[in-house]
Formats: sequence, structure tokens, C-alpha cells
Amino acid sequence: MLSLKNVSKSFGGVKAVERCSFEVEECTITSLIGPNGAGKTTVFNITSGLTKPDSGTIKLLGKNITGMPAYKIAQSGISRTFQITKVFKNLTIRDNLLIAKRTNDTEMNRVLESVYLNKPLDTIASELSYGQQRLLELARALSMPHNLLLLDEPTAGVNPQIRQELKSILRNLRKEGKTILLIEHDMDFVMDISNTVIVLNEGRVLKTGKPKEIVKDKKVLEAYLGK
Amino acid sequence: MITDFFISFSTYVIIYIIIVSSFNISFGFTGLVNLGHMVFFGIGAYTSAILTLHGMPWYFALILAGLFTSLIGAAIAAITVRLKGDYFQIVTLGLVFIAIAISRNWISLTRGALGLPGIPPIIKDNFNYMLFTFLVCVICLAFFYWLTKSETGKIFQAIRDDETAASILGKNTYFYKVLSITISTFFAGIAGSLFVHFIKFVDPSIFDLDFFVIILTMLVAGGLASITGSIIGVVSLAITSEALRFVVVNPELIGPVRHMSLMLILILILIYRPRGILGKVNV
Repeated sequence: MLSLKNVSKSFGGVKAVERCSFEVEECTITSLIGPNGAGKTTVFNITSGLTKPDSGTIKLLGKNITGMPAYKIAQSGISRTFQITKVFKNLTIRDNLLIAKRTNDTEMNRVLESVYLNKPLDTIASELSYGQQRLLELARALSMPHNLLLLDEPTAGVNPQIRQELKSILRNLRKEGKTILLIEHDMDFVMDISNTVIVLNEGRVLKTGKPKEIVKDKKVLEAYLGK
Repeated sequence: MITDFFISFSTYVIIYIIIVSSFNISFGFTGLVNLGHMVFFGIGAYTSAILTLHGMPWYFALILAGLFTSLIGAAIAAITVRLKGDYFQIVTLGLVFIAIAISRNWISLTRGALGLPGIPPIIKDNFNYMLFTFLVCVICLAFFYWLTKSETGKIFQAIRDDETAASILGKNTYFYKVLSITISTFFAGIAGSLFVHFIKFVDPSIFDLDFFVIILTMLVAGGLASITGSIIGVVSLAITSEALRFVVVNPELIGPVRHMSLMLILILILIYRPRGILGKVNV
């Protein structure tokens, strides 16, 4: 589905991502983990076209999308959410979803239900709580036609109930055949739902494997999980 | 006498409604703080004045004033909208000084500081001209209401709220920002044309910043991202401004007191009611 090959990006003298390569398989949930500053969000920004890589190749379904503008990558089938929620705060829930896809109220309510957000479509986004705004952002990302969903720390700042709901939402999406790449610090969450885990450290891929393999890996334990 | 005053006042108010609403499209709805918006009003005024002085019928001149102004607006936007926040504002503010310099020094076209007198009126009778401007204003407002409710209008507002989010939802934000400026400058040009055929004279002072400050105050008072707010902002401040004529006894002081009062109103709104009367977003 998605492949990154030798992708590098520096900001000034800081190498945020260095010769990073990995693949994401179709109909799976893949988690990107690693310490703060490991380059996870930079990988997301490069993949979604918000940051141009210095070198390397990114392919989506075999098509080279390296360096394409963000809106074209989105049209190619990558949908994403952000670590700090980016809903359109002065617009209603309906308008937030309309920007993602022109559709009717019934369809919008169905998407909202699927993310457990039971609010009227005319609600202004800024009137929602932080956790609800995250759900709206997820609903918006789901509404946009896509092949791959990138979720940047979906559980950050949300209460345990929404966290549990997120787990079932993601599992349902996988059942529906969606492919998900997510950044997450909550290891229980990651181990519970991921098919594959990629560990990044100092901009490089330290280890790729199944959750059970990752938790036992010596290098990963030293760099991120702790002994 | 009173009727003449009322007709003249109403005509100005109607033209101000068009210019303030058009400013709201780029500033209030799209978040593009184009500090040079009145430059496009001036370009529309000069275009219409020059064309009609050279014998072109007013209806062609009116449309061409809008089209030519929006063409200039699109060209400037194509270069400047990539600039973020303050940088975009500084560059667009610079347009004011460029426009003043060109209008003062391109003597063969503009007669420089002497200005262009004797601009033919569209309709000779002032009352009928007021009705004509009202009709044009209604058409403009109908378009603005339709635009802001349309998908394009929603995309403008999405860009204002979060441009990055709009782009990752597949929207070419650069295109929509250029489109927003193009539309808003088209109507600024139309307003400039209506204005110049009413006062029948234009000189470089049309680009002066004090005119812009009045428009900005009206927009902020009415509220960003609300066309109805713009109408209320113009009407309420125009009445306030005219009422000062009866409060200030010394005629020499009317101008400065008016400006000071508008500034005071602008500051008070920014502090106590940053959304203005009907605004949907903070300034």
C-alpha cells in the first residue's frame, strides 16, 4: 500500500529523518512508535506532502507521490489527522464534513455514529470538547475518500472511555478493509490493535515486527520501552 | 436641500456597502488581510474614469473596471498569497504607496496630482442614480450571500480556520486564495466605478489610507464573515459619522473629530467586542 525508501529530511543541522525505509501492508493497522524527537511526525508530514523530503522515494499503491503538494497527495488517497487537532473551529460539524466530501445529512450522521460522536450537525466545532473535536477530525478523515489513513496520536488528551471507543473504531475500520498507519505513545493501545509495529529512533527505523517481537527486542527496550 | 443630502448620503452608504462586503470576502471569509483593498477601489475608479473620458459607454466601463481590477488583483494575489500572516499584510500595504506613486507620476494617463475632472455621470439625476447603485448593490449582495453559502465559500472559510487542514482534505488552497482575492477585487472595482461616476472627479487621494481606515472600521464593527454584519456596520458608522457634523460646532474640526471617533470606535470594538455586531470570527 505505502512504501518509503531511504527517505531523509534535515531541518538546519538536525537530521529529523535519515534513510528511513518501511512498508505498510493493505488492510492492516501499523503503528509507528519511538521516543520524542524520533521523527515520527516528520515521516507523517513527508508522507502527506506537508514537508518535502531531501531525498528518498514515497510510493502509494505503486504510484510515486514524492514531493507532490499536500492537496494532490490527499486526492491520491491519503487521509490524516494531527497530533494537535485541526478542525475548522468556526464551521459547523456539517461544514467540516462537507469540506472532506460532498454528501447528505444521512451519510454524515452515519459517519458521526461510527466514531461515537452524537452531536447535531449544526453544532459549531469550537463548542465541542477537545476529545469530541478529535472524534470530529477522525470522522472528517474517514469521510474523505482514501486508501490509507494516517492517525497522529489519536488517543492523546482523550478520556479512557473515548480511548476504548477508538480501539473498536479502528478494529471496525480494519474489518472494512481500511489500511491505517498510526503514531501512538500508549503502548497498551499499540500492542492491543497493531498488526505491525515500526520503531523509529533518531530518524532511523530501529526495528519492524509484530507487537510480540517488538516488546522483547533488546534494542527497542533500551531505546524506548525501558528494561 | 434635505432631500439632496439624503440622496447623496444614501448613495455613499450603498457604495460603501459594496466595498465593505467585498473586503469581507477576502478578510472575513478567507482570512486574507489585504491591507491594500482600497487600492482596487481606486483602480476601478481610475479605469472607469479614463474609459468614459475616452468615449466608452458607461456600461462597458463599469464591467471593464471590475474585470481589469480583478485581473490586477489576481496577478498580485498569485505572487503574494503564498506569504504567511504579517508578511502578506505588509506587502499588500505596500500596494497603497505603489498606487499613489503611479497615479501621481503617470501624468499622460492620470494627469497626476491634478486628477481627472469632468467624468460623465451614468445617470444625471441623483435620485435615479441612487436607485441604480441600490440595484447594483442588491445584485452584489445576492452574489455574496450565494457565494458564502456555496461549497467555494465554505472552502474559503476552511482556509481561514486552518489552511493546512484544508490542504490535506484535497483542497488547492493556493487556487482558492487567489480566487477569493480575484472576486473581492472585482467588486471593489465595481464600487470604485460607481463612486467615480457619482463624484465625477478622481485624483491620487482616492488611495489615501484614511479612506481605508474608515472601511476597515465599518467591517470590524459589523463583524467578520457576516455580509449582514457588513451592511449594519456601514449604516451604523455612516450615521454616527454624519451625526458628528451636528455635534462639532467648528466646521474645521469635523474631519479630524470624525477620524478620531472612528479610531476610538475601532479600538473599543477590538478590546470589548472583537467579533463586532454580527461577526462569526474574532478579528
